[in-house]
Amino acid sequence: MVYEILNENDLCKYYDIDSNPGISQKKAPAQVKPRFEYLDDPQVIKQLLDFSDGNVAAASFYIPHIHCSSCIWLLENLHKLNPGIIRSEVNFMQKSIYIRFNLKEISLRGVVEALVSVGYEPQINLADAETKIKYSSNKKLYYKIGIAGFCFGNIMLLSFPQYLSLEGYIESLFRMFFGALNILLAIPVIFYCASDYFRSAYNGIKSRTINIDFPISLGLLVLFVRSVYEITSGAGPGFFDSMSGLVFFLLAGKLFQSKTYDALNFERNYKSYFPISVTVKKNNIEKSVPVSKLNIGSRIFIRNDELIPADAILFSSQASIDYSFVTGESAPVPKVAGEIIYAGGRQKGSVIELEVIRTVSQSYLTQLWNNDTFVKKDENKFNSIVNVVGKYFTIVILMVAAAAFIYWLPVDMRTAINAFTAVLIVACPCGIALTGPFALGNAMRIMGRNKLYVKNTSVVEKMSTIDSIVFDKTGTITQTGASNITFNGEVLSAYEQKLVKSLVRNSTHPLSGRIYEAINENEMFDVISFKEAVSKGIEGMIDGKLVRLGAALYAADKNNVLKYSGSFDDKRATKIFVSIDGSIKGYFSLNNTYREGLNELTASLRNRYEISLLSGDNNGEKENLLKYFDEDSRMFFNQSPQDKLEYIKVQQSRGRKVLMIGDGLNDAGALKQSDAGIAISEDIANFSPSSDAILDASAFSRFPALLGFARDTKKIIILSFVISIIYNIAGVSLAFRSSVSPLMAAILMPLSSVTVVVFTALSTNLIAKRKKL
Amino acid sequence: MSVIIILIIFSLLVAGTFLAGFIWAVKSGQFDDRYTPSVRILFEDNETVKERSKEVNK
Repeated sequence: MVYEILNENDLCKYYDIDSNPGISQKKAPAQVKPRFEYLDDPQVIKQLLDFSDGNVAAASFYIPHIHCSSCIWLLENLHKLNPGIIRSEVNFMQKSIYIRFNLKEISLRGVVEALVSVGYEPQINLADAETKIKYSSNKKLYYKIGIAGFCFGNIMLLSFPQYLSLEGYIESLFRMFFGALNILLAIPVIFYCASDYFRSAYNGIKSRTINIDFPISLGLLVLFVRSVYEITSGAGPGFFDSMSGLVFFLLAGKLFQSKTYDALNFERNYKSYFPISVTVKKNNIEKSVPVSKLNIGSRIFIRNDELIPADAILFSSQASIDYSFVTGESAPVPKVAGEIIYAGGRQKGSVIELEVIRTVSQSYLTQLWNNDTFVKKDENKFNSIVNVVGKYFTIVILMVAAAAFIYWLPVDMRTAINAFTAVLIVACPCGIALTGPFALGNAMRIMGRNKLYVKNTSVVEKMSTIDSIVFDKTGTITQTGASNITFNGEVLSAYEQKLVKSLVRNSTHPLSGRIYEAINENEMFDVISFKEAVSKGIEGMIDGKLVRLGAALYAADKNNVLKYSGSFDDKRATKIFVSIDGSIKGYFSLNNTYREGLNELTASLRNRYEISLLSGDNNGEKENLLKYFDEDSRMFFNQSPQDKLEYIKVQQSRGRKVLMIGDGLNDAGALKQSDAGIAISEDIANFSPSSDAILDASAFSRFPALLGFARDTKKIIILSFVISIIYNIAGVSLAFRSSVSPLMAAILMPLSSVTVVVFTALSTNLIAKRKKL
Repeated sequence: MSVIIILIIFSLLVAGTFLAGFIWAVKSGQFDDRYTPSVRILFEDNETVKERSKEVNK
């Protein structure tokens, strides 16, 4: 299908660039095209367009399928497929595309449909409409580093002649000139490049805490003032090179720490999943209305594969609701007229009509986000080890500096001030301040290589303090996509398997998709008179035979299924019966499969951590789970999203540091409340609730090793604190004697910084290697 | 010897233009996406180049 479109437009090169381009559309058998009527709504259009002047418009979309160079090539050649599109530009790391198009030739809907026609469906949701895709802006940091680097280099060159004890040779004119230039170059460094440190220190004092930025700011300030004094009074060359070098190193550390995963979104809430608008029936007229404006009592239509945005009562006779990204459970739930359907479910099958009973933000699932946990900002919630050390460090340094001042005061005031400032300068904790960014930044990269993507470096630190772990069941320790499909009954011949596969190909039901993938036959037959009975089954005439698939009573008459009757009561597995020409052949059963390595994982975590399990399901699987979780008391079933959140809170009030692993929106509250919330996902670019880190499901078995790695990283940080404090003691003991020269400072400070950076980088890599990460 | 003062001022100006160039590069978004352009440059585009430049000229 895609090939035809490409061939028509002479774009077959697509297939030459990368051996495995695109995502196969075969995987989704006969998928019904998603509907984009809502994109004709002027209000929606206005929200989605970045820019429009009536003729030319521009919009950005997030396309999770972008994964190879062919994708970029095809998407940037969209204007060849569709003349209305002027230009398209892909940002691979963010998996986003920016499209400029001619409004007279193509509408926004047309653009989206053009993307869908080549297999790249953009993800458009409520959150996008409210806040446009924002580009992560490191620009300020780049400016600061650029300027700090420029000033650092020049100041160093200008200071150099004065170090070579050429004092006698250098004319006083030069000394003045160099000094003046140094002051000029130092001003942007201290007032612009280092401004964040002053601000952070000030904010810390305001909230009555001393963070690591306080001694840094103090050191920088003393460096600056003393240097200005020395130069203007002609006493010496000043310490501007140490100061600008320090700022430059600190900013470089900040950049290293600030690695972000552009394509991943850690801040998703329900809005990222919900559609922008929904079809409402009013006075027999169907109209597209933004979901935020849905009122209680509105009649809405939900089509196949559309999401139900608010709690509603079903008016149509039947519906089949897939709650997979609320609960992680993928088997659809049948509903009949009059039942309440909770927001977040996805309709599978024909159009249904519903009456809204709660607004979007008050629905069962979404009201979780009204909880305090989501309102309060989690800054200051966690006290980084760097700040803890920084606090004591500052107190000690101030005391030592004061002692030096008092010690020298009887000699003379000048020496006393010299000694006081020298201590503050030498003790400026650049090593300590650099340790955190480099050790944690490197750990973050190593974790990223192992498919654990953490939001920021403080998450690595949080992971090291954890002492209990809470698992969600469905989708977290069970595998979502590949539940075990087994066929029970008579053995199906290859021919019969082909019949079944041909039939399920015509259905969009998720179970059909699973069976389709499970059967390993490629030849297909045509299906005549295909019928789908909602939440019962499907049938069709294939090669002259009537093939039916579905619930037991649908696939065959009652007598026929008696021999399988024992299996009716067994509710644990989903069963799909198969009958060919009226005779029942048996049933496919879909079992939950636990993730590979779960046994080793829980065994290795059990010793160190307190493990518990929270499941939204009933306790049907309890016996199976006992194999993995030994203590009976820590397994809880039938947990609502709110219950999960409360459980974490209770644990925390016991003084526990809790790590939560979950996957669905129903875990969102618990993930947010926990000290470290990790979302597990089969496809990291796709759905995951807001969390501190996203773990790719394929790396699940490596999870204990990653936790251990986080703990070791913390040990490395403490070790390198020791190293930099040794440097400081050496420096301070010299400074105490008031004998610190600018040259010594210029050597000592970079040396301690470089030692610390090299040590942390080497040791984190070494430990990762030893843990086979 | 005093020629050094002129030389230093001149070298600062030269370095300053490089700094300005760097700031311009950041400002114009060249550091926003550090991956895609590296792939894009490898595509053989026959008429795309012309169309692109037309678009820019407009």
